[in-house]
Amino acid sequence: MSSSNSNSDYEHYYVPESSKLPIFASLFLFVTVYGAATLFNNMSGMPATFQGDWVHWILILGFVGFSWVLYVWFSTTIRENLQGLPSAQLKRSYVMGMMWFIFSEVMFFFAFFGALFYVRNLAGPWLGGEGAKGIANMLWQGFQYDWPMMITPQQAAEAAGGQVTAMNNEFSGPDKHMAFPGFGAMFGWLPLWNTIILLSSSGTVHIAHHALKEGNKKKMKLWLGITVLLGIIFVCLQAYEYYEAYEHYGLTLNAGIYGSTFFMLTGFHGFHVCIGAFMLLVMWLRATQRDHFTPEDHFGFEAASWYWHFVDVVWVGLVFFVYIF
Amino acid sequence: MGDHGPAKGLSRWLFTTNHKDIGTLYLWFSFAMFLVGGIFALVIRAELFEPGLQIVQPEFFNQMTTMHGLVMVFGAVMPAFVGLANWLVPMMIGAPDMALPRMNNWSFWILPFAFFMMLSSLFVEGGAPNFGWTFYAPLSTTYAPPSVTFFIFAVHIMGASSIMGSINIIATIMNLRAPGMTYMKMPLFVWTWFITAYLLIAVMPVLAGVVTMMLMDIHFGTSFFSAAGGGDPVLFQHIFWFFGHPEVYIMILPAFGIVSQIIPTFSRKPLFGYDSMVYATASIAFLSFIVWAHHMFTVGMPLAGELFFMWATMLIAVPTGVKVFNWVTTMFRGSISFETPMLFSIAFVILFTIGGFSGLMLAIAPADFQYHDTYFVVAHFHYVLVPGAIFGIMAAVYYWLPKWCGNMYDETLGKTHFWLSFVGLNVTFFPMHFVGLAGMPRRIPDYALQFADFNQIASVGAFLFGASQVFFMFIVIKTIMGGKKATDQVWESAEGLEWTIPSPAPYHTFTTPPEVK
Amino acid sequence: MSLDLSKSLTPVCRVLAGAGLLFGSAAVMAESAVEPAQRWGVNMTPGVTEISRGIYDLHMLIFWICVVIGILVFGVMFYSMYKFRHSKGAKPATFHENTTVEVIWTVVPALILIGMGIPASSMLMDMYDDAEDAEVSVLITGYQWKWKYEYMDEGVSFFSNMRTSRGEINNIEPKGEHYLLEVDNPLVIPTDTKVRFLITANDVIHAWWVPAFAVKQDAIPGFINTAWTVVEEEGVYRGQCAELCGRDHGFMPIVVNAMEKSEYNSWLGARQAEAAELAQLIKQEKTFDELMDVGKDVYNKQCVVCHGANGEGGVGKAIAGSPVATGPMDQHLSVMVNGVPGTAMQAFGAQLNEIELAAVVTYARNQWGNNMGDSVQPVDVYNFKQAN
Ligand code: HEA
Ligand code: HEA
Ligand code: HEC
Ligand code: CUA
Ligand SMILES: [Cu+2]
Repeated sequence: MSSSNSNSDYEHYYVPESSKLPIFASLFLFVTVYGAATLFNNMSGMPATFQGDWVHWILILGFVGFSWVLYVWFSTTIRENLQGLPSAQLKRSYVMGMMWFIFSEVMFFFAFFGALFYVRNLAGPWLGGEGAKGIANMLWQGFQYDWPMMITPQQAAEAAGGQVTAMNNEFSGPDKHMAFPGFGAMFGWLPLWNTIILLSSSGTVHIAHHALKEGNKKKMKLWLGITVLLGIIFVCLQAYEYYEAYEHYGLTLNAGIYGSTFFMLTGFHGFHVCIGAFMLLVMWLRATQRDHFTPEDHFGFEAASWYWHFVDVVWVGLVFFVYIF
Repeated sequence: MGDHGPAKGLSRWLFTTNHKDIGTLYLWFSFAMFLVGGIFALVIRAELFEPGLQIVQPEFFNQMTTMHGLVMVFGAVMPAFVGLANWLVPMMIGAPDMALPRMNNWSFWILPFAFFMMLSSLFVEGGAPNFGWTFYAPLSTTYAPPSVTFFIFAVHIMGASSIMGSINIIATIMNLRAPGMTYMKMPLFVWTWFITAYLLIAVMPVLAGVVTMMLMDIHFGTSFFSAAGGGDPVLFQHIFWFFGHPEVYIMILPAFGIVSQIIPTFSRKPLFGYDSMVYATASIAFLSFIVWAHHMFTVGMPLAGELFFMWATMLIAVPTGVKVFNWVTTMFRGSISFETPMLFSIAFVILFTIGGFSGLMLAIAPADFQYHDTYFVVAHFHYVLVPGAIFGIMAAVYYWLPKWCGNMYDETLGKTHFWLSFVGLNVTFFPMHFVGLAGMPRRIPDYALQFADFNQIASVGAFLFGASQVFFMFIVIKTIMGGKKATDQVWESAEGLEWTIPSPAPYHTFTTPPEVK
Repeated sequence: MSLDLSKSLTPVCRVLAGAGLLFGSAAVMAESAVEPAQRWGVNMTPGVTEISRGIYDLHMLIFWICVVIGILVFGVMFYSMYKFRHSKGAKPATFHENTTVEVIWTVVPALILIGMGIPASSMLMDMYDDAEDAEVSVLITGYQWKWKYEYMDEGVSFFSNMRTSRGEINNIEPKGEHYLLEVDNPLVIPTDTKVRFLITANDVIHAWWVPAFAVKQDAIPGFINTAWTVVEEEGVYRGQCAELCGRDHGFMPIVVNAMEKSEYNSWLGARQAEAAELAQLIKQEKTFDELMDVGKDVYNKQCVVCHGANGEGGVGKAIAGSPVATGPMDQHLSVMVNGVPGTAMQAFGAQLNEIELAAVVTYARNQWGNNMGDSVQPVDVYNFKQAN
């Protein structure tokens, strides 16, 4: 890559002089997590530095402050870009920054997928009496392993009148699960619709990107807008799915490992969809309100769309490993 | 953007975007944490001076062990390396600064807040985290003190800091090299950091994932680490060590880079086997992803897993050996002088290798059934961390300090510091091999009588080693305050772009890139 | 004081002497070690089983291989430092590459590693024997901070607590010979017999380790690990919990009494008789004073660490004035039998027998200003346990 760097690139490498943003970002990030930790401890009845029904305000203060700093930060970056301060080289730095950030996100999901594979292929069968360590079933007599796990080891053992060791919570499995209902019933199966929606939104954002590169701004705005809408619909459907799970399926965070993995994987995915949709919305606002992008220079847009594709790929993984298989 | 200097006063440090300032901040922060973590270690050593409980109660002892490990790993060693990367990478590749200067400052300033949050838990009800730096569930979930929630969030934001720091380093190295600075011309320190940064962005998110699962298990009723709900406490260990093992290489690879810079300079001879050094580093990094369960030989893995992880771990000795042999061959038929950085580097090679040997012994799974969770392990990792990571950092400080502040350190004082540290460290950590083999478990506040003598020796050594680090601080401050002016090249046969610029390095360097041939 | 050593030979000699001494002493001292319990013990115990001796030999093999490699590598290094000193005007060569040597020093260590890995693998396979054919099986459960041993299919089970007194630990009394490594009820196993251990835990992870058998297995709550041993020599073997398990992790010793088969059988018989006797005793009515006496003993042995000598509390809540100890009996029994999940208050239902439970409950209700005046009979506790 270096050979392609011409000398003139360097002359303009823009090093901002000094900035109050980072320290405030750190401060508010700290307030946010401090508030979250305090709140969680209070909720669980554990002592924390602060008590009282006002502690959620710490979290809110931190979050609002942090959002504000991010807003100023991105505005600054955009302003600098409009002033033409960054060289092509600096823009490449942004590109790399975004690429590797997405990679780190992939690794975050990797941890949760890893947990899922581990329980499904190793720990679960062991508890149910299969495999190299199936002897564990001695402690959970009556438990049979099945996925989705509808009856937890604790439930099974208690039903069989066994003494349950190492218990710290009530884990009673769900009544119904979210897995693939078979081809006959698949059109009433929400995840199918969610998949269709999310996959098409990847297509629409791609169309918007091409339109932008061709200089067709109207088309770009339209398709970008559609993408955002699809994202929002996805989130709403997922919220509905969660509602169903809690109200009618008995599928909760407490419902043993199936509930734990289900909600953590789909939950973090949903959270990323929200972030992605928000990013795209900002891009849409920048395009419609400020006319920010040009066919050559629109990295903000590109970064958001990469993120969107990434979120999509994760969803495909979820459909296979959380819902279908 | 002219050649203007730094802002005045405190705002220079709070708001800076300059890689040298940020490097300095990182280095001082890390040193402060080294002292804090060291004080915790001294509490441990003082309690272990004699059998019986004298100074602290078991609850507090466990907090000391935990906080010592956490502070040293996340507060001392990692930030020190990031600080060195900040100072050196741009100067070594002819870049004007780091690729993303504002984010750079953000990465740093997260750390003081994170450590404030973690250390302040020492003073809250229930005390600080007390479950070891490896925080195994369910001791760290169901049975943890309330401060665990704060600890979890501290780890989250520390992770964010590390990830941003690494992204910055990767972008800098990939994008900002001066014309002609091809990958295979980069100084080895840059190479080792490049690879380290990849390790970091690959494993810090995994750590974030596992602490998130803890958070959910503690507060929201999930059952990742509870068999009653279909989870498994061992799952925690797998995820933790998937992060944890690469983490230990994160703490050594940059040090490999440092000694690969220093040994050629003081041997007056080019580094032997540059290419193979690069490939060896990459191989170590790759292998580090598939050996994690060697920390878990006794958890009852199926035999196949046990064998796989044993063999994979042993393999790491091959590329590491290549590095050791290359360093030795660089010295062979050189013209060697023994300035302080070189003394630290030589000690590094010897003592790290000894630590590597004990690592190899630990890798032999059947034998690890006897070694595991004893002081033999403690001896192993202090041999790779203290004369490894810490000596690497100290060698770097002596080597580049004249470039940073423009003054030469006092060679006599430097050598004294070296010898005090060298002796102190071996007196502290060598006897731990013996007590470990003889059966002393780790993480205990009190021990059976037959371990008394070696523990006493180790404690004396620890105080000697600790005192000599105070002396180190004195030397560094003295050098910054004044002293013999350093030349631009500083060391007669030092090579690299950083030696072509004045000492002290101007606030902005390479605003137009140098031409590298 | 002149410390400018760079002009003299001294640094080289010092490094040489320092490292050489350390390394040499390790080598020499490692060989001279025999007795595990001896002072200045420097090496692993060879132990008293075939496996433990195998591991010891493996350990020594790798150790010596490392020593030899170390001597070679450091030898070249010290030679270079001595021979090619700048201060003696050494002129540096300029070579910096040689593919042949690179290949050699990649391949040779790899071969050495294979040489180590093969015996290690076969050793491991021996250890992973399922031991389904064992004559004696013991279920070992780790608790914070004690061990429970259950002889499977024999109807014998008991807890094993550290016996070292707080006074010894706090340096008030002189420390005994087996300071921290002594228990009230050691595990008893027969010699020359295959014994299988099933290891699990009730709360957090512990690890059951007896160096002389080279058995170390983590005790994971909710899972069972297995290990086995054939002890060849009679004797008392000591070990410790080897996984951080909370506050008293350092005070969780393991003592195993290996005795001849016949002796073991009579020991087991006696234990079984005791258990049968206990079943009878439970049915007997106890007087208030009897209960108070036993209760005091139990309290001082089991509860005092957390609840304080005067019921004033500590890790646990205060018993004096406690709403539980002065409340309904069923609730009190429930706390004792089932514990308080998620806190340090364990379920004592399996740890104490009915007499002890009845006694300690009665005691708690009538001490330190708790004047309930009521008491509970072992048989009531028995019924409570059955019902709950
Ligand atoms: C800088 C940090 C660092 C480094 C570099 C290493 C390097 C190695 N470590 Fe270590 N390790 C730790 C930090 C580190 N470790 C820590 C912190 C722990 C404990 C964590 C905890 O539980 O708290 C630990 C624990 C640990 C264990 C677990 C022990 C247990 O808990 O039971 C094992 C087991 O395999 C192990 C192995 C190794 C190996 C094989 C290497 C290899 O990389 C070493 C390779 C080097 C050499 C072998 C020497 C040079 C080579 C030659 C001269 C070539 C010729 C040699 C031969 C052919 C033999 N380490
Ligand atoms: C890079 C990492 C690093 C470093 C540098 C060190 C440095 C030291 N470590 Fe440790 N250590 C760990 C990483 C590290 N450690 C880890 C990961 C663990 C495992 C934790 C766990 O089990 O969870 C551990 C555990 C550990 C234990 C085992 C505890 C136990 O099992 O209970 C011990 C015991 O001796 C110990 C000792 C020391 C000592 C004496 C030093 C010395 O080198 C420290 C020297 C520094 C100073 C002493 C500070 C400077 C001096 C002053 C501030 C002034 C005051 C002093 C005087 C005037 C004398 N460490
Ligand atoms: C390892 C520590 C520990 C030991 C040993 C222990 N307890 Fe407790 N105990 C606790 C804790 C902690 C609580 C508080 C639980 C809670 O938060 O509700 C408690 C609560 C109690 C209570 C209820 C008090 C109340 O007011 O809620 C009683 C009664 C009690 N313990 C009796 C005993 C007896 C009798 C023994 C011995 C046989 C014993 N405990 C041993 C830790 C312990
Ligand atoms: Cu039980 Cu450590
Ligand atoms: Cu490791």
